[in-house]
Amino acid sequence: MKTFLWVLLAGVVVSTPVFAHHGNAAFDAGKRLELTGTVTEWDWSNPHCWLKFDVKDQSGSVVNWVVETSNAADMVERGWSKRTFKAGDQVTVTLEPVKSGQPVGRVISVLLPNGKTLGLNYVGQ
Amino acid sequence: MPSDGVHEPPFTPAGKAAYDRHKALYGYRNVPPSLSNDPRNHCDPLGFPRADLYQLRHTQIFQNPKKVAILYQYDKRYRVIWTDGRDFPKELPDDRWYGYSVGKWVDNTTFVVNTVGLLGEPRVWLDETGRPMSDQMKVEERFHRVNANLMEITVTIEDPKFFTRPWVAMDKFPMKLQSDDYDVIEMLCAPSDMESYSKDFGDPASGIVKK
Repeated sequence: MKTFLWVLLAGVVVSTPVFAHHGNAAFDAGKRLELTGTVTEWDWSNPHCWLKFDVKDQSGSVVNWVVETSNAADMVERGWSKRTFKAGDQVTVTLEPVKSGQPVGRVISVLLPNGKTLGLNYVGQ
Repeated sequence: MPSDGVHEPPFTPAGKAAYDRHKALYGYRNVPPSLSNDPRNHCDPLGFPRADLYQLRHTQIFQNPKKVAILYQYDKRYRVIWTDGRDFPKELPDDRWYGYSVGKWVDNTTFVVNTVGLLGEPRVWLDETGRPMSDQMKVEERFHRVNANLMEITVTIEDPKFFTRPWVAMDKFPMKLQSDDYDVIEMLCAPSDMESYSKDFGDPASGIVKK
């Protein structure tokens, strides 16, 4: 008995950001923020993974940001894993914020404590 | 078919009314996450043919002399297609999320599958842009193997309740053969994860602030 496995051709060659669960309506398209802070939580799940991290603003008060990536299956193919972050990690996140003004957005790239940068380009499984 | 306000399928008035009720996360009319009424926001099954038209990812195909099974990565769903020569039963089973499918090889490289008995509006959408389908929908899929490593899928739909004529919803969509030891990553919609996601991300991103 033969087993075949077919895969989207587009899924292999496309290296631009993939946001599987929703479109762009919530986001301030093209705007970028770079924020440095401390990881409080990393949820590895569907429909998206999301990272929570504390950022001190200029007045010294702490804001907990929530930024999403694509889903876990997509992120594996972009070099991310459930173990990418742990609480307490210092990270610098480049993100696209939402238009609502809330401290949420989506990840463009993250500078990890080991100096490595993770982005959204396809790197394979 | 792109969702740009120009490429619209041939809606009947009932089809257009259903389309207008749908608040989709994609397409030119897309809304922020928590304002959408897409059934999949509750982790409901995509149903068919949406399983072909949205999030068609790693797809495994198994066959024996009587059946072909298609395993979809998205939400770990599967379909079974009868290939034992049968026609549709005179009395179809109750409507199903993935319908009742019968397939045959029309030549050495083309497998054609017809599907009826589908659920449709309001529980199943046709695609992620909110295009609707009714329980009258009939679907034809043509799986054509272009060469050893390339297969193309064409999906044609007919739904007299919601569309004035049949139309091609997906035209020669390319799929590449992978090695048979490729390990497909699990991808499941878990309602509790969806709830956390909506609370922590979807609501604030949509401008909904709960105290």
